[in-house]
Amino acid sequence: MPYNCVVLAKQVPDTAAVTGKAMNDDGTVNRSALPAIFNPEDLNALELALQIKQAHGGTVTIMTMGLPSACDVLREGLYRGADRAILITDRRAAASDTLATSYILNCAIKKLSDVDIILCGRQAIDGDTAQVGPQAAEKLGIPQITYVEELLSLCDRTITVKRNVGAGWEKVRATLPVLLTVMDTANEPRPCGVKRLLKYKKARSQSELAKEGATEAAVQSLKDKNLLIDQWDLDYLDADMQWCGRNGSPTKVNRIQSVVLSASGYKEIAPTDEGLRDMVHELIVDHTIG
Amino acid sequence: MANFYTDNDDIRFLFRHYQLTTLADIMEGDYSDGQTFDWAPQNADEAVDNYDRILEVVGQISGDFIDPRAEQIDLLGNTLNDDGTVTYSQGMQENIDVLTEAQLMGFTLPHRFGGLNCPNLIYTMNNEVVSRADASLMNLYGLQGIAETINAFASEEIKQEYLRGFAEGGDTGAMVLTEPDAGSDLQAIKLRAHQDENGQWILNGVKRFITNGCGEVLLVLARSEPERSGGLGLSLFVCRRSEAVKIRRLENKLGIKGSPTCEMIFKDMPCKLVGERQRGLVTYVMALMNGARVGIAAQSLGIAEAAYRIARDYAASRKQFGTAIEQFPAVRDMLIEMKLDIEVARSITYETCWWVDHNQGLLNKLASSDDLDKASKKELKQASRKYKRMADMMTPISKYYGSEMCNRVCYDSIQVLGGSGYMKDYPVERHARDARITTIYEGTSQLQIIAAVRGVCSTAVNYLQDKEAFAYPAEVQDLVDKLIAGREQLQEAIAFIKEKPGTEYMDLHGRKLVDAAILLMAGHLLLQQSVAAPAREDDFTRKPSSAGSSDNGEGLDTYRAYQARKGIIARRYISNNAAKVTMLCEQIRSDDRSSITQYDVIVGPVPEA
Repeated sequence: MPYNCVVLAKQVPDTAAVTGKAMNDDGTVNRSALPAIFNPEDLNALELALQIKQAHGGTVTIMTMGLPSACDVLREGLYRGADRAILITDRRAAASDTLATSYILNCAIKKLSDVDIILCGRQAIDGDTAQVGPQAAEKLGIPQITYVEELLSLCDRTITVKRNVGAGWEKVRATLPVLLTVMDTANEPRPCGVKRLLKYKKARSQSELAKEGATEAAVQSLKDKNLLIDQWDLDYLDADMQWCGRNGSPTKVNRIQSVVLSASGYKEIAPTDEGLRDMVHELIVDHTIG
Repeated sequence: MANFYTDNDDIRFLFRHYQLTTLADIMEGDYSDGQTFDWAPQNADEAVDNYDRILEVVGQISGDFIDPRAEQIDLLGNTLNDDGTVTYSQGMQENIDVLTEAQLMGFTLPHRFGGLNCPNLIYTMNNEVVSRADASLMNLYGLQGIAETINAFASEEIKQEYLRGFAEGGDTGAMVLTEPDAGSDLQAIKLRAHQDENGQWILNGVKRFITNGCGEVLLVLARSEPERSGGLGLSLFVCRRSEAVKIRRLENKLGIKGSPTCEMIFKDMPCKLVGERQRGLVTYVMALMNGARVGIAAQSLGIAEAAYRIARDYAASRKQFGTAIEQFPAVRDMLIEMKLDIEVARSITYETCWWVDHNQGLLNKLASSDDLDKASKKELKQASRKYKRMADMMTPISKYYGSEMCNRVCYDSIQVLGGSGYMKDYPVERHARDARITTIYEGTSQLQIIAAVRGVCSTAVNYLQDKEAFAYPAEVQDLVDKLIAGREQLQEAIAFIKEKPGTEYMDLHGRKLVDAAILLMAGHLLLQQSVAAPAREDDFTRKPSSAGSSDNGEGLDTYRAYQARKGIIARRYISNNAAKVTMLCEQIRSDDRSSITQYDVIVGPVPEA
């Protein structure tokens, strides 16, 4: 039977490609020094959704909350095979922490009918909280399975997955609808399909079109070609403002510290099997490897 | 995150140097496909933007996905199964799957068959980028000329049957030409094609050294006219792999181990005739081979680029006698020559594609020229002849120069790495092994020279004179003068050769003649690159195509800086090689025939076993 999947994606600064000063003097992130990318593990979530669609049929909708520039990740989702893209953007959503973000996403998901599986990356590389997915599931009142590494079976309304619990794996079964958070070890995301890319490179949201000064006719033409990215604001979501943006965000940043790691001292490893084993063990324990 | 397209300054520069909108017009005609197929461009600018984005995807897949698998693929090779089928190594299968997923398998096929309808120049850039990641993959992925041949010559029914499978279904093909006694000499082919009582064509016989003979679609050259020996007895057939064809043996090779080289037995294999009888070798396979030759030039560029980069990196980091080895003049000189050699080969190959694309464009125009008046048709035909002459001369030159260059670069790359380069620890030894086939298959270097030398005698001088008419600025006039002097010497050498009866002397000194012509052509190409304005200003304002890509709409300043570098290269190249042109032309005019007349004396008897 076909399943309708929704992938929650986030546009994040590429923390692996710092080109200049990553932090401003006031301790905030200097976004101009960091190229904006599709959060890596969200790509794994998208890949899993596309695999589900390939195997069982159904649809894949990609959804993101952010500035209109976040349409770049939506387009990338379309290039890779998503059927529909939705941008949630609203000035009143600015400064939302994970609680407010998950509330808004939960409102958006409720606007969609027949959602079977919601997929998120395990965590985003900017905040590393891993909270938004689980919080959204709580608000939606549906089961959640985090740290998913493999889809073992999907039959009727039941899903079984393998989840990583750090020191091993668990096999978990849930009934649909369900929310999964997916790890980077789950799969290798497929590349963009170039024909999809050449088609959807023209896809635009309303706010992008307004910025480009597009005419009514141009907007209509995009709509006719199914190239208009859905754009929803908080009014459309019927969101309660007290749970959105700064109002809905209990997180208060106390202090941001720029930690510079520096090497000091050295350790001698005995050139024996045992010495090597100990060293590898130590590196695994402190998460340097593995 | 590696991208083998966006990290290659030279390809990026040449992408902006060539007026690709002209090629887009050739390929897209009135852009009516843009109304029907949602990925087809609606105008020339969009087409060029599409080319750039397609290459960006190819570059990313090559860098991130294909390259990391190359070592294992080389190590594992392919498996011949008991039932006469072949299983690719896991990495190779994954590569084909990912390229299919990325919708890149119908690179040059028309939109109506699900293809991207790209010109040859863009396809060649793409082939280089993929080959840099894994040369052996190019032998499967780069066989898209098979689909092109079907598209160009087969009936609509055959096109409908096969082409979508290439573009969308992950099908790969094989050019099934060579036999045990028919290698370079394809006229000697024996594999039989006959028609049964129902008119069905049937194939029987053996083929050898067939790249990807285990592919899904087989394009087979066979003798359909048993009473006729030679090329006119051969026709081209197409069939889908079935149990009627078995792989008997996989060759154990020096390089490109990921690409299965098959010995095949056809036993009552039903097939369909492509085009007309008797035109198999003389028309269709010649066209197929020409495309494949440019493909090998691109493969050679990719291998050389990969090998050079390792050497460059190693020379900067390896310390001996207290300093990085790149500080030593001898090492520097090697690296510069390698880099230059690659850029020269790339310039020649792209120039070849430029002519091939224009030639194809005119042929397309002629094919649909029913409504043209006689005079316009005649004009078209005349222009087409010129383009064809150029394409016919440049194609073997690009294959010859590119493949020889690739071997030189790989040889020196190992040399720069010294003992380490000889070991399996670095991939340069793999590149050197992969490189070795490039001067052999799709026609040896010696055959490329024979194919090119007549063109050089008849066309090269005009071509060089056209180039001399370019509006070069005064500050490079001294270099233009050197190129003019070289062309005059070449003219004298050609005149000398033409005076000789028969072709023996031409064949004997052909290589020198072709080499001299290449030095002069490349001089002009480099010099033009250093002074010509970029083809399209708006290339410098483009937004990157995906959220994950870096901004590759490099500024005009970057272009100009690169151009200044090309000026330095052109000066070095033309100055250094002026004496070489003189030497080659003098050797040609020396009338030395000792290779022919004194062969037995010099080489002595055949050594006893």
